[in-house]
Amino acid sequence: MTPMTPNGATPVGAALAEEAAFEKPVSRGEPILEVRDLVKHFPLTRGVVFKKQVGAVKAVDGVSFDLMQGETLGIVGESGCGKSTLAKVLMNLEPATAGSVRYKGEEISHLTGSALKAVRRNIQMVFQDPYTSLNPRMTVGDIIGEPYEIHPEVAPKGDRRKAVQDLLDVVGLNPEYINRYPHQFSGGQRQRIGIARGLALKPEIIICDEPVSALDVSVQAQVINLLEKLQNEFNLSYMFIAHDLSIVRHISDRVGVMYLGRIVEIGTDEEIYEHPTHPYTQALLSAVPVPDPVARESRDRIVLVGDVPSPANPPSGCRFRTRCWKAQEKCAQEVPALTVREWLEGPAAHDSACHFAAERENGQ
Amino acid sequence: MPEHDLPDDHDPLRHIQPTDSDHLDYVGQQGLAVEQDTLIEPDVIKREEARSLWGHAWRDLRRRPIFIVSTLLIILLLLMAIWPGLFTDANPRQADLAHDFLRKPDYTDFFGAGWFGYDGQGRSVYARVIYGARASITVGICVTLAVVIVGGLAGMVAGYFGGWSDAVISRIIDIFFGIPLLLGALVLLNAFSVRTVWSVVVALAFLGWTQLARVMRGSVLTIKQSDYVVAGRALGAGTGRLMFRHILPNAVAPVIVVATISLGGYITAEATLSFLGIGLQDPTISWGVDISSAQKFIRTAPFVLFFPAAALSLTVLAFIMMGDAVRDALDPKLR
Amino acid sequence: MTTQVGSTMPVHEEPYSGPLLDVRDLHVEFKTRDGVARAVNGVNYSVSAGETLAVLGESGSGKSVTAQAIMGILDMPPARIPQGEILFRGKDMLTMGREERRQIRGQRIAMIFQDALSSLNPVLTVGYQLGEMYRAHHGTDRKEAKAKAIELMERVRIPAAAERVGDYPHQFSGGMRQRIMIAMALALEPDLIIADEPTTALDVTVQAQVMDLLAELQSEYHMGLILITHDLGVVADVADKIAVMYAGRIVETAPVHDLYAAPAHPYTRGLLDSIPRLDQKGQELYAIKGLPPNLMRIPPGCAFNPRCPRAQEICRREVPRLFEVTGDNDSPVPGRGSACFFWKETLHDADDA
Repeated sequence: MTPMTPNGATPVGAALAEEAAFEKPVSRGEPILEVRDLVKHFPLTRGVVFKKQVGAVKAVDGVSFDLMQGETLGIVGESGCGKSTLAKVLMNLEPATAGSVRYKGEEISHLTGSALKAVRRNIQMVFQDPYTSLNPRMTVGDIIGEPYEIHPEVAPKGDRRKAVQDLLDVVGLNPEYINRYPHQFSGGQRQRIGIARGLALKPEIIICDEPVSALDVSVQAQVINLLEKLQNEFNLSYMFIAHDLSIVRHISDRVGVMYLGRIVEIGTDEEIYEHPTHPYTQALLSAVPVPDPVARESRDRIVLVGDVPSPANPPSGCRFRTRCWKAQEKCAQEVPALTVREWLEGPAAHDSACHFAAERENGQ
Repeated sequence: MPEHDLPDDHDPLRHIQPTDSDHLDYVGQQGLAVEQDTLIEPDVIKREEARSLWGHAWRDLRRRPIFIVSTLLIILLLLMAIWPGLFTDANPRQADLAHDFLRKPDYTDFFGAGWFGYDGQGRSVYARVIYGARASITVGICVTLAVVIVGGLAGMVAGYFGGWSDAVISRIIDIFFGIPLLLGALVLLNAFSVRTVWSVVVALAFLGWTQLARVMRGSVLTIKQSDYVVAGRALGAGTGRLMFRHILPNAVAPVIVVATISLGGYITAEATLSFLGIGLQDPTISWGVDISSAQKFIRTAPFVLFFPAAALSLTVLAFIMMGDAVRDALDPKLR
Repeated sequence: MTTQVGSTMPVHEEPYSGPLLDVRDLHVEFKTRDGVARAVNGVNYSVSAGETLAVLGESGSGKSVTAQAIMGILDMPPARIPQGEILFRGKDMLTMGREERRQIRGQRIAMIFQDALSSLNPVLTVGYQLGEMYRAHHGTDRKEAKAKAIELMERVRIPAAAERVGDYPHQFSGGMRQRIMIAMALALEPDLIIADEPTTALDVTVQAQVMDLLAELQSEYHMGLILITHDLGVVADVADKIAVMYAGRIVETAPVHDLYAAPAHPYTRGLLDSIPRLDQKGQELYAIKGLPPNLMRIPPGCAFNPRCPRAQEICRREVPRLFEVTGDNDSPVPGRGSACFFWKETLHDADDA
């Protein structure tokens, strides 16, 4: 397989990705989730009884991407960039303000009732905080078995206990723990329980919202490995949201970078990490601390000035322009489209929302 | 530095590469190598098996002296309320002014009619203290039950659905919040021509439910935001399941605590109303009524006042202590 | 381990050549409902002026508890220090008088916390809180204190300091608040700063700015810095030497370059190996199996033995002391130690890899 960019361009020189393809022989490349111009605004209101809208927090403001069958799409960005809201809107936990989400070609963003329930079987979520995402009053068996109670057609009543124990086994927990309560487990084990719950309905897509950021370093790797194994085993498509760039690179086939509610750059992991063309991606990558003291003298770090503007009142034109060293008049007037710039070649030719997209000259 | 006595070429790490799975000590049936929690000893697992948070709270409560004392007291009070005959043979309504008018207590007469002396109408104070428990306990428990059900439901609806239902219920709560419990009850009870235990219950419950509704609403609002409720929604769970399986069991703890503590408050309120002559009336036997009629003998026969008052204080104390103990046991911060 | 010559120097201010802070065999335990949790079990480390020591560990490793013990901000009870010494310029802070200790902890050692918002008083302006340090300790008057506050804010590079001095903490962004915390720590020009996960709550781009600032100020003032973190990346960027903690003990100490080049403890090695690397794309990540131990039931012997790929009989039986680690020519590497019976094998294994 070759990971594809939304417009169908094939990336060049993705040697590592090809190697990974050996392990993932499933028919891929078909988009399973198509997101177009997705918008989520949270109204800002004033008044208690007679509410008056005075503005809106533009948490997600025109996001488009495709999630391919069997791939992992990483979404990175700093806090407040809208990546978690994006996950909630895709899960139909928050209604979209505008835009479309198509699952296997079918519009799902405005579904309700039983149609929505049917879609939920196929799109599941793993939450960030394993300490708050499990109901403390329910046993592990009840938590993982609940999906079957809500969707009885998935597992007949008599088989449920067995199904739950199988799931525990799949995620690496002792099936005998079925009667224990969440507080008797450590963070990593709880996250496994959360993953088992997400798997129960045999979904095709799992949205992982910072699934390891609350875990200890030594446990993070265990959970990442588990997620990768499950992906191979069950042919899952992942949307992997995180702020840890090295983990995202490890697990993702493609990566999208978000800033203030928009995707500023998207491409294969190779394209984004080795040949970033958007200034924000470049700054973000240069700031990641590298666990190698030898490199610390030679690093060429871009230090961004100022703070992220408020999503209630984002800058005109390019949203990054207030902190960008390349910013010019054009950036304030024209919103840069997320496309391939014609002057770029090779791996640098991928979608980037910058009028002056270019690779960094010194170093990478 | 000292050498340890192992050969240098002994190198267990050598054959372990990051991608190997042989360092994982448990291989699941699905063929996925997985790691087991090797650090909890088996006996610990057995001992901790299937212990819910409530189970933890219960185990914790049983070790608290304050809980044991208050529970014993409350059991005693309940027995007095249900079977007063267990404690005394005397008839609390039998009056003999000629012999027993304000007769002093005979402290050697254990559990006898004259143990606590006789009141201004020649009735056994001990028997009246025993029989008086029923009115107080009935009012306390019934008001609390009514308040928990009504207030709990209202709070739940307001917290869960939000929007208009929340606006309406919250405004009602605010209005009630401005009415002092006793003053309101005074006004309400005046409307009843015959005042029984039940009219007192209705009046107090009518004024008291808002407190529980507030607590429940706040609790539901917090729980509603939590990830496990969101996870339930993501699975497609309906309103009923979310409310009663996810939110209610987690939101109910503070309600129980507040209810237990306020139970004592309702008992005091009943006694106060009866004392003021607007609550229960003779012939209903109530500590409040007895305290009220004893006040004119406070100089000559203070014991007539003392025993029902002491019984009242002890009862209220028992419920407040129990509420305190339950709160401590349920407080997750102390876990 | 880092036993220092010269730490028996006379107590008083004047010329003092030993380490600024020397923690010796420190133990801290917490009494809980379910038993005694041994959070710190014999920690030794030292910092000299101008030096950055990174204390690396996961949650429950005792890294923060050690710092809190140094700062004297442990709640006692439930905490207890049954054993150990905390020497500041050669003088034990655990045995000195309350007033003397207060002097040191307020003025000579300062601490920066992870969560700047909850460490600042929300109802007082930032300028007031900064100025208060001068008023309380030097009796500076109000006007001068404000000037000093602005100066401090400029020093930590808060833009438009003079205008923002009257703002409240919530009006600043996370990164700016952390700068204010740093300014507060700097106010009295301490000899030592303890930074407990100073950048964990911050975004990557801001993290880099704050770490740079901290490192710069440290060298400018020639302070000692103890950086407590779980992030191997942050450590690599700023530390001079590293102490790795696990289950309340130091399992490895090393100069920063040595540690990353060749760890001498299987735990450190596991941590380094579990970082996703470029050449491992598409492969399984190395993962340390199992879980960090429950501090109420620390396994006998080496606390890491149930998770260790190299564990032998001796590891389950005996607690390894911190062995001196020798380099290629068998000469000891200064400041390097490993609490593993098989440090040599671990070290050489890393060379092979």
